[in-house]
Amino acid sequence: MTEPKPTEFIQTPSQTVGPFYGFALPYERGPELVPGRHPHAIRLHGTVTDGAGDPVPDAILELWQADETGAISREQGALDRDGFTFTGFGRAAVDQAGHFTFTTVKPGSVGGGAPYIVVTVFARGLIHHLFTRAYFPEDAEAHRRDAVLGAVPPARRATLVCVADGHPGGTPSYRFDVRLQGADETVFLDFDA
Amino acid sequence: MTMKDHTSQSEINDEMRAIEAEARARVDDGGAPELHPRRNYPPYRSSILRHPTHELVRVDPEEVELFSPAFGHTDVNVLESDLTIQHRGEPLGERMTVSGRVLDGEGRPVRRQLIEIWQANAGGRYVHKRDQHPAPLDPNFTGVGRVITGENGEYSFTTIKPGPYPWRNHLNAWRPAHIHFSLFGTAFTQRLITQMYFPGDPLFALDPIYQSITDPAARARLVGTYDHDLSVPEWSLGYNWDIVLTGPKATWMESEEAHD
Repeated sequence: MTEPKPTEFIQTPSQTVGPFYGFALPYERGPELVPGRHPHAIRLHGTVTDGAGDPVPDAILELWQADETGAISREQGALDRDGFTFTGFGRAAVDQAGHFTFTTVKPGSVGGGAPYIVVTVFARGLIHHLFTRAYFPEDAEAHRRDAVLGAVPPARRATLVCVADGHPGGTPSYRFDVRLQGADETVFLDFDA
Repeated sequence: MTMKDHTSQSEINDEMRAIEAEARARVDDGGAPELHPRRNYPPYRSSILRHPTHELVRVDPEEVELFSPAFGHTDVNVLESDLTIQHRGEPLGERMTVSGRVLDGEGRPVRRQLIEIWQANAGGRYVHKRDQHPAPLDPNFTGVGRVITGENGEYSFTTIKPGPYPWRNHLNAWRPAHIHFSLFGTAFTQRLITQMYFPGDPLFALDPIYQSITDPAARARLVGTYDHDLSVPEWSLGYNWDIVLTGPKATWMESEEAHD
């Protein structure tokens, strides 16, 4: 067999997740990267809205992040929820009001940078998923040195930073709304530059 | 949910042909073919209010994005790759296998990673509660499968061929038969959700989701190949479909394999 040329490995195109993933992609306790009783649990929640400002009732989001110390989990079993192992991955479908809720921990700094969570958005109508990042409002100092935030027009940076919105039941809560279009359209990232 | 749109198929066809002609003209002028679908593809009505209107911000992935969740055999039972054995009886439909490999942009196998699939039954009906298509549910078919890729990036599912189904994008809109695939690479930047189609489907030319990929060669990468060698005598028909993920960039520099 001849050695395949690099040009033969052209990426497979994306297609929409569609509306009917509900019996397939969500998995048990997928939105709980840590159990709610974890001493450092935080809530990360928000609403996905479209260009008319209406909630998107059929979006599904994934989180991928470092642990509290900034370590990236290499634990197998990222879909497992044994109650103790932090695998850094979570998945949550929105409800009818376009709202999602994750329970996780705030990631530590990786390599000295500003902490953030990778957020991926899928939905009917999104033919290609969208990547973004959720940063934390208390890290403003580190944000000034962050390469990704630095690449974003200043007026749009705030869309990448969660809003602290209280401590329901003693758990720190952060709101991260995802606006697919509109005046405060969320900044989405292309890692393939 | 989806608003009923009374646009005719021929009007949708005209919109799709115009976009493809414009895309072809750009390639003829020396532009790169578009490997992925247009995010804003008005013939697919749901994309109109949901695509970002700003250019995506191009950034270099950092360490977090260059890793991916580690899936393993504790996540997936080996029986989950066979969608025909999940109930007491056999599902109705054309039994088949879909096999292939998951590769990265350098042609290297993506090993021990998760593939999730979901699909309609042979009548074109999903188990999903909001699927209103008046085709029968099959009590012996759910349409969900999972597998962990092997050492060569290989995978294989046994299932039944899904049926085409109607949707409300426009009047008399029908989706070509397809299986949804969800894939992870070694870097989170390689994450991919897509759909695999079947060769020769007469609905391809009419489907705005398939046609949202404006380059014909790129669209064709979503179509599995019928492979008679994969068919099992008196049992099942075999299809092959390989999937190529992006990059990952991080390993380009440290690639052990020389390539010219």
